Amino acid sequence: MAQVSVREVVKSYEGEVQAVKGINLEIADEEFVVLVGPSGCGKSTTLRMIAGLEEITRGEIWIGGDLVNDVPPRDRDIAMVFQNYALYPHMSVFDNMAFGLKLRKFPTSEIRRRVDEAARILDLHTLLERKPRALSGGQRQRVAMGRAIVRNPKVFLFDEPLSNLDAKLRVQMRTEIKKVHQTVRTTTVYVTHDQVEAMTLADRVVVMNQGEIEQVGPPQELYHRPRTRFVAAFIGSPAMNFLPCQVRGNGNGLTLHLAEDITLPVPPDRVERYGRYRDRPMTLGIRPEHVTEFKADARAGSVRLDAGLEVTEPMGMETLVHFHLGGVPVCGRVDPLAPARAGEAMALSVDLNHMHLIDPDSALVV
Amino acid sequence: MVQAGSIPIVETVAAPAPAARGRLHSAMRRRSMVGFIMALPLIALIAGLVVYPAVYAIYLSLLDKSMTRFVGWHNFVFLLNRATFQMVVFQSVLFAISAVVAKAFIGFVLAHLMHAIPSRRQRFYRGLLLIPWVIPLALSTLGWWWLFDPTYSALNWLLNRLGLPSVSWLGEPGWARFCMILVNTWWGEPFFMIMYLAALKSVPEQLFEAAAIDGATGLQKLRYVTLPMMRNVISLTVLFSLIVTFANFDIVRILTNGGPLNTTHIFATYAFQVGIQSGNIPLGAAVSLFMLPVLAIAAVFVLRGVTRRSQEAM
Repeated sequence: MAQVSVREVVKSYEGEVQAVKGINLEIADEEFVVLVGPSGCGKSTTLRMIAGLEEITRGEIWIGGDLVNDVPPRDRDIAMVFQNYALYPHMSVFDNMAFGLKLRKFPTSEIRRRVDEAARILDLHTLLERKPRALSGGQRQRVAMGRAIVRNPKVFLFDEPLSNLDAKLRVQMRTEIKKVHQTVRTTTVYVTHDQVEAMTLADRVVVMNQGEIEQVGPPQELYHRPRTRFVAAFIGSPAMNFLPCQVRGNGNGLTLHLAEDITLPVPPDRVERYGRYRDRPMTLGIRPEHVTEFKADARAGSVRLDAGLEVTEPMGMETLVHFHLGGVPVCGRVDPLAPARAGEAMALSVDLNHMHLIDPDSALVV
Repeated sequence: MVQAGSIPIVETVAAPAPAARGRLHSAMRRRSMVGFIMALPLIALIAGLVVYPAVYAIYLSLLDKSMTRFVGWHNFVFLLNRATFQMVVFQSVLFAISAVVAKAFIGFVLAHLMHAIPSRRQRFYRGLLLIPWVIPLALSTLGWWWLFDPTYSALNWLLNRLGLPSVSWLGEPGWARFCMILVNTWWGEPFFMIMYLAALKSVPEQLFEAAAIDGATGLQKLRYVTLPMMRNVISLTVLFSLIVTFANFDIVRILTNGGPLNTTHIFATYAFQVGIQSGNIPLGAAVSLFMLPVLAIAAVFVLRGVTRRSQEAM
């Protein structure tokens, strides 16, 4: 059990741009932290630097109070689960899981006990004699996790462990990983490009973009209070809608002027916050679930908007509606029973209590 | 075979009624016939170049010197009782096994060194190291012969410079055998290097990373990851090289021609001396056939292991 500190860490490759540009991250003991971001954002590189598989160009990495910059992976007391499982094909499931313990000269009885224990947690005990080739993708993934668990390391590192599985198995294994973490409570750093995985697994999510950390926080906070446009766009599915607008004064209040002469009033409690952006081109960010079917008894801050629907996607528990507003595509989520039909107009309601205003110059949410 | 069997099945699915069955059968016959005819040139080539000489050699080895009388095993029995031939067997085994072991070991080390070189420069060094294998062996052996030459030996010149006495490279049995093995190793090692390098490149990098995290040192990675992952390539290259090295002719022929006093003869050169130069073709054939059963049995075992392991691999 240990905390992990990443301090001012830089990774640059020979003659190329920096892959990681001086990031800081404090991970508490027993915490489950997910690094998420698009491909090439530096999340895997960061993980591999923590593992010791990549050298650190500048900065410091501490694991459990020890500076590990120059410590080889085998002495860092970490375990890693790889995207392609990286099981040894010539060893049985048992030997794959026992390998790390054998190298560390554990007594046979202790190895047996630990592997059995891990096999029990992961439901692998009937497969111990098999070779990896004879396992399904999900089973291989579980063996890879078992290999990490038996070591009882200070830190678990997961490098996109579920991206080779099919959608259904991925959801199942996600739960499995969460359950394992609730059982063994080892500090975990998990890398994924899938924001749903990040949201569902993490105690804290670290959103990375172009080698920098955009925002760190619990999933709910990232979702409801994104600090940058990137985070706002990256977290949430379907993604947030972004509409160019202008903030204008209107007596004591403010209004947002969108294209096609659409005017939306800013909720009174935000007037002070947004006042200084008056008359500047801004971006309105609004999540699809805040664009719903119009209800007569809507609460204050909701505004009616009539839109010609282009596409509707019934999802079962909700229906997604797509339309354009001032040349910008917008997605809304309406009740499945609401009369949403492609090619027809529909009365929608925009709940501006949940709006975000983004300064396009700094890409920050204000 | 597979084609002949599988295609009619597809057609059966498409065919509506039993009426088509007769035609199907003739189609199957026709298809396998076509396949056979297409393969015939290759079959003829193999038969002409491999099967016929092999059978003919076996036939020859069962005749007497004048090639008129069938003598059964007599040539083989005669050889086994002859001291020179016993030496040839010993020398061939010594030559082939030490050369193959040396080639395999050096090839393995070189492949690892090569693997550690960044890819751009690697291509250059890879090409450089392949040179011994590309030069016709007879030519490069002439070069070596000149290095070993008693009068003009460049190696001796070097030794003398270092204050050491000259060595009679090809004049003493021990040194002469060493020289043969050295030249064969020099020539054949690039083959091992290139095969091992290819095998190394095919081991997923993540396996080494997983082993590093599991706690393996460099040597342990070699023992528990690299070697098991390369076992098939290693056994195949060793088998192949063993066969080729046992059949080697050029090196001994050029360096020592079997001397001094037959102490460097190996099967091929001895067979040539007995069969062609001394005119006893049946006896020569018997010499050259001697290793066939041993190598054939070795091949069966090695190939069986390879098949089993490749079914294991993911």
